[in-house]
Amino acid sequence: MSTQIEHPATPSPTVGIEGSAVRRGDRVFQGLSRTAGIFILVTMAAIAAFLIWKAIPSLQANTANFFTTSEWFPDQKPSVFGIAALTFGTLMTALIAMILAVPVGIGIALFIAHYAPPRLASVLGFVTDLLAAVPSIIFGMWGLQFLTPQMEGLGKWLNDYLGFIPLFRNDSGQYSKSILIASVVLAIMVLPTVSAISREVFVQVPRAHIEAALALGATRWEMVRLSVFPFARPGMISASMLGLGRALGETIAVALILSASYTINWQISEPGGNTFAANIALRWNEAGDVGLSALVASGLVLFVITLVVNMAARLIIARRSEFSGAN
Amino acid sequence: MAKRIDATDVDIYYGAFKAVEGVSFAVEPRSVTAFIGPSGCGKSTVLRALNRMHEVIPGAYVEGKITLDGEDIYGSTIDPVNVRRTIGMVFQRPNPFPTMSIYDNVVAGLRLEGKKRSKSDLDAVVEGSLRGANLWDEVKDRLARPGSGLSGGQQQRLCIARAIAIEPQVLLMDEPCSALDPISTLAIEDLIDQLKERFTIVIVTHNMQQAARVSETTAFFNLAGVGKPGKLVEIAPTDVIFSTPTQQATEDYISGRFG
Ligand SMILES: Nc1ncnc2c1ncn2[C@@H]1O[C@H](COP(=O)(O)OP(=O)(O)O)[C@@H](O)[C@H]1O
Ligand SMILES: [Mg+2]
Repeated sequence: MSTQIEHPATPSPTVGIEGSAVRRGDRVFQGLSRTAGIFILVTMAAIAAFLIWKAIPSLQANTANFFTTSEWFPDQKPSVFGIAALTFGTLMTALIAMILAVPVGIGIALFIAHYAPPRLASVLGFVTDLLAAVPSIIFGMWGLQFLTPQMEGLGKWLNDYLGFIPLFRNDSGQYSKSILIASVVLAIMVLPTVSAISREVFVQVPRAHIEAALALGATRWEMVRLSVFPFARPGMISASMLGLGRALGETIAVALILSASYTINWQISEPGGNTFAANIALRWNEAGDVGLSALVASGLVLFVITLVVNMAARLIIARRSEFSGAN
Repeated sequence: MAKRIDATDVDIYYGAFKAVEGVSFAVEPRSVTAFIGPSGCGKSTVLRALNRMHEVIPGAYVEGKITLDGEDIYGSTIDPVNVRRTIGMVFQRPNPFPTMSIYDNVVAGLRLEGKKRSKSDLDAVVEGSLRGANLWDEVKDRLARPGSGLSGGQQQRLCIARAIAIEPQVLLMDEPCSALDPISTLAIEDLIDQLKERFTIVIVTHNMQQAARVSETTAFFNLAGVGKPGKLVEIAPTDVIFSTPTQQATEDYISGRFG
């Protein structure tokens, strides 16, 4: 015991492994990440609270049903407005955009990651990354100037050959400013996002999984189905969700292409349709007090839709996590 | 269900790098042949050339002749996919498909063949293959659970079950026990002893006792020097290699003087 008296600073000198169970660096990092997490939640809550607060006056003034009305006259007396047409237009454009963009984007990513020769792959990867960074106003102008005339042919073709499906019928004879054109522009905008992120996960598939499939006599495509897709599934869902987020919230490009009309028209190649984001952009400057508040209320709905979509994606990813490639 | 392999004057490259040079040997049907030698001498490379897995690495190629029952597996009319179906492979690290159940792992290869099979057919194959891999009793109550939830030794036997489910002619194993504990290793060695009744087996091992225990024939590979290609020093019945090898290098290696 006499030796211990010489080291009063060390609590128990016989074994040299005592110490705080938590290291200082760990604690600092934990504190930082917790703060960041709380900060994000608080910000989200603050945004929601702000939107609700600003939306209430118009919702009280509204004499029509907010959810089922498709007109938009908030500044009239009496005030009449609703989000039915906006919801339809937003979901429809985003849905068509995803149907077009996800398979193509994943196909491109797959080609880059597992089919293309290395040099071509790096060039293509670079180009998709570049495309992802093009500002949306450019896409909008391109859609308006270049795509609109091109799409007339497609619209006619759809009407002639698939016109028995109501979606593709066109009774108006006009093909500009349509949901279809907006959807195609959105699809092209989200394509690089989907493709860049999918490629990122495709190249991370462990060699061992790839060789497991090949050694069983899998062709390249069978290998992709056996090894690449299961491993990359959560990443592909995340990529699609990011793309969907961009499609749902895209403002300028859609505002340039669509005219602000408030109809629910299932014939998607005809002029018409509107989205939350485009409507806010187009109406903001001319709106009165109730009008502004009504636009905020529509923004709140868009906010909720985006949240729901993201949580649904989380659920899909979590559902079979036991079978995920992570363990 | 078992065929012979003959390799004649095989050179194997990774791009410009010649990893293996001038290898010739024969593998008899229904026998176990062990590849031994110091690390980096090209054992895995030669093994992977035997089922055309080598060429999945960009730039990698094989020269020389490798035949399966006389048929050139590198012939211009041969589809490497069929070669790999005929010559199965088990890897150093167990690699079951992580997102698949135990059941689906076993039938993964069968499902590739495209033929529609009845559920009862598949069930029979699953039971037969898992029994063949000495794993049935341990997993029969949890076939729907993920294969990645098994222990390392069980995972490796699952991979063997997956490989034998498609009834290959030859089974290649690249250090199948090196990631396993001694008990699992014994289980796999017992299994190899049973499997050789049905399959031609080639096994790479860094463990000379293992080579002595499981194989009839042993091939010793060596490296002339750093950056030089690996070569087959000698191949002979296992008891000859371990008692009276003809080459000094072999004797040095098995007596533990290097490697
Ligand atoms: N994917 C690869 N690319 C390039 N060289 C490789 C690759 N794999 C192995 N090699 C080289 O080939 C030689 C033989 O390797 P390998 O067959 O793995 O040896 P062993 O299995 O006997 O340890 C080594 O020099 C190794 O560096
Ligand atoms: Mg090796």
